[in-house]
Amino acid sequence: MFRFITSRLLQSAFALFVVVSATFFMLRAAPGGPFTQEKAVTLEILRNLEAHYGLNQPLWKQYVSYLGSLIHGDLGPSFKYANRTVNEIVGEKFPVSAELGAEALAIALVLGVGLGVVAAIRRNSWADYIASTFGMLGISVPTFVIGPLAVLAFAIHFRWFNASGWYGPIDRVLPAITLGIAYAAPISRLTRGGMLEVLHQDFIRTARAKGASESRIVLRHALRGGLLPVVAYLGPAIAGILTGSFVIETIFQIPGIGREFVNSAFNRDYTLVLGTVILYAALIMGLNLAADIAQAWMNPKVRLE
Amino acid sequence: MPRAIGRSAFAVRCSMFARRSWRLRYQMTATDTAASVDAQPAARSSLWGDAWLRLRKNKLAVFGIVFLALVAVACVVGPWISPYTYYDAAFDSGFQPPSTRHWLGTDQLGHDLLVRILYGGRVSLGVGICATFVALTIGVPYGAIAGFVGGKRDAAMMRAVDIMYALPFAIFVILLMVFFGRNIVLLFVAIGAVEWLTMARIVRGQVMAVKRMEFIDAARSLGFGRRRIIFRHILPNVFGPIIVYTTLTIPSVMLLEAFLSFLGLGVQPPMSSWGTLIKDGAEVMEEYPWLLIFPGAMFSLTLLSLNFLGDGLRDALDVRSSKD
Repeated sequence: MFRFITSRLLQSAFALFVVVSATFFMLRAAPGGPFTQEKAVTLEILRNLEAHYGLNQPLWKQYVSYLGSLIHGDLGPSFKYANRTVNEIVGEKFPVSAELGAEALAIALVLGVGLGVVAAIRRNSWADYIASTFGMLGISVPTFVIGPLAVLAFAIHFRWFNASGWYGPIDRVLPAITLGIAYAAPISRLTRGGMLEVLHQDFIRTARAKGASESRIVLRHALRGGLLPVVAYLGPAIAGILTGSFVIETIFQIPGIGREFVNSAFNRDYTLVLGTVILYAALIMGLNLAADIAQAWMNPKVRLE
Repeated sequence: MPRAIGRSAFAVRCSMFARRSWRLRYQMTATDTAASVDAQPAARSSLWGDAWLRLRKNKLAVFGIVFLALVAVACVVGPWISPYTYYDAAFDSGFQPPSTRHWLGTDQLGHDLLVRILYGGRVSLGVGICATFVALTIGVPYGAIAGFVGGKRDAAMMRAVDIMYALPFAIFVILLMVFFGRNIVLLFVAIGAVEWLTMARIVRGQVMAVKRMEFIDAARSLGFGRRRIIFRHILPNVFGPIIVYTTLTIPSVMLLEAFLSFLGLGVQPPMSSWGTLIKDGAEVMEEYPWLLIFPGAMFSLTLLSLNFLGDGLRDALDVRSSKD
């Protein structure tokens, strides 16, 4: 276990290094720079700006000095937001996205697992058909269709919610549900499949023979095994929720890190792009590792090596 | 006994076995199931014949096939026979609701929405198919070779896949699109380069199961080369899972393309894909909801059909859902 975690951490550190390097050089190979879109910049000012940010140095020197400060946790100054560091911007925007992601994940888990369990217990009942219809629609109707339609119906037509913004708790409802539904659908399909497989096994029959109540059988005995496929899916799902929030943040005008990332890429804000890529990569790798550990903890048959 | 048979005769039998084994394997299972179901002498049936029969009984899958066929024909033929084009602007007839002249209405610049949807379908479906093809050409040989050679080389190859799996590829695709222009070829190469990983994992798992079967031993004892065994004897036997996951990869590719388009990174106007149409529609949905609803419905129904078809094929070909 310990060896597994250390080796995975080392592997992730290496992968992170590759990600940082690839992104760094890709950014520099791309046409345009952070100051090319600026209007009426004289050559002299441009030179001064470049000197200020160290862009006039040879590329390898910039690379080495970026890696040097990165090791100390310093993501450097933003090129587009004057006098602001990338750490500040990420610290301000990321909590918004994290909150949205956490709420969406909670909705996805409750809705997906709930529907999946009911569908598996009452197989081929109307509840099962509703769950499969939901599962099919959820994976086929993308968030960027559901989101605008939800705004159209609930915010513009019924006026229950604000169409955009991120102020009160009520502004969380539509975005979190839209993002959550997209992941509740595959989770419900996986839960149903996993539960059906487990419910046919001998130990469930034993539990039933010993007179355990149906709810105890489901909650204490079957769920642990039945949720294994869901836990395995959670790593990629969380990554998807994080990147999926780009779209949600665009639709609902939420000041999160996803929109910031896309904008920074357009603006060639080199350090901000790198900072967000590092954040996403570290998060995704960390969460994948957590999902693997949870899987081993739930299923003694899985050996971590 | 084998020793009594001359070496050449044994080789001939082995080669017959190796050649016919693929059909034999399925004919056996087909007759077994047929016999157990209705105890009649089974008619001549093949794997694909049986699968087709099962698929035809699945109403949702049939709906998927019919809808996809209609969409494909409409997208190819529609723009030719339509009186409108996707690029001719008519500023005096912008934002018209659906009417007999413009069945699905017009957009901001007076483009006929129907012809734009059909034209966008060419782009969306085209990207879906091309990127899936890229994923297939990388993923299938990679997974097949890893699964067949096994051992340390397999471990190294799959470890590389694991590491790449953990990378934030959606982010890389976004960066590529932003920096190197919204080039449609780059788009499907980039998406295909993301999607091959899953395909490689699936194919590897299937190959590992098939390579233990006797007809592979037979092929090996005939002295066939590794490449011949992989591509002539093993891969035909894993076509089922490959077809199923190909069908399911197309919608996920189309989703990724539409996702990029929605962020403003897809094809450039005046060209359109379903993703860009949805994006444009969402911007003006308050006053002109049909501009969002029709492209959104078309896109969702197509994805739904592909998913129905993929699920139906999975049941018909009896593919286990395990990935490794």
